[in-house]
Amino acid sequence: MSYTDAAVLGVAAACGLDVLLLRTRLVGRKAFWTAYAIMLGFQLIVNGLLTGLKIVRYDDRAVLGRTVAFAPVEDLAFGFALALSTLSLWVWLGRRAAR
Amino acid sequence: MRLAYLLILAGCLVGTAPLEIFLHTRVYARWLRLAATLAPIALTFGLWDVAAIHAGWWHFDRRYLVGLTLPGRLPVEELLFFLVIPTCAVLTLEAVRLRRPDWLIGDEPTRR
Repeated sequence: MSYTDAAVLGVAAACGLDVLLLRTRLVGRKAFWTAYAIMLGFQLIVNGLLTGLKIVRYDDRAVLGRTVAFAPVEDLAFGFALALSTLSLWVWLGRRAAR
Repeated sequence: MRLAYLLILAGCLVGTAPLEIFLHTRVYARWLRLAATLAPIALTFGLWDVAAIHAGWWHFDRRYLVGLTLPGRLPVEELLFFLVIPTCAVLTLEAVRLRRPDWLIGDEPTRR
């Protein structure tokens, strides 16, 4: 298993959480994609700092080697999984409270 | 610069604070819901991180870390990352909701 595999699995797991398990279905909502677009912009800055300053370094064997703003493309998938699972949980908890 | 990573995280919190203070996203105000969201996320992604560090997928330059290391060789900054970034994510979503109230998120109270 490489970071590439794990990142793809992470996205699948986050989508599964959102669509099947918690049924928040954020992937079908404009508000989520708008928020994600904003977060993506800031992710490129924060990730760019962490990798550009070499605070974190990646093993060449664990990644595809393609980078965006200094960071491996896998980080984009990882960030998406983090954002979607977090927001799905947040909305699910709010839905339970609203009922 | 041992504070480098910590300062980047602090920047994320400072940068998103106006959303709570001026837009009134009420994310920190709903701290219990926020904590319930963050706990499983930080645990899951923290464990993923520990596994990745052990597999050698990435490593950290100690010159940029405060030097506090958690079990599993996890720098404390990494755990904070999984608390700070999800908080920023929630703040962003709630800010979008405030600007676009007609875009439903799915946790709106049901009308009876």
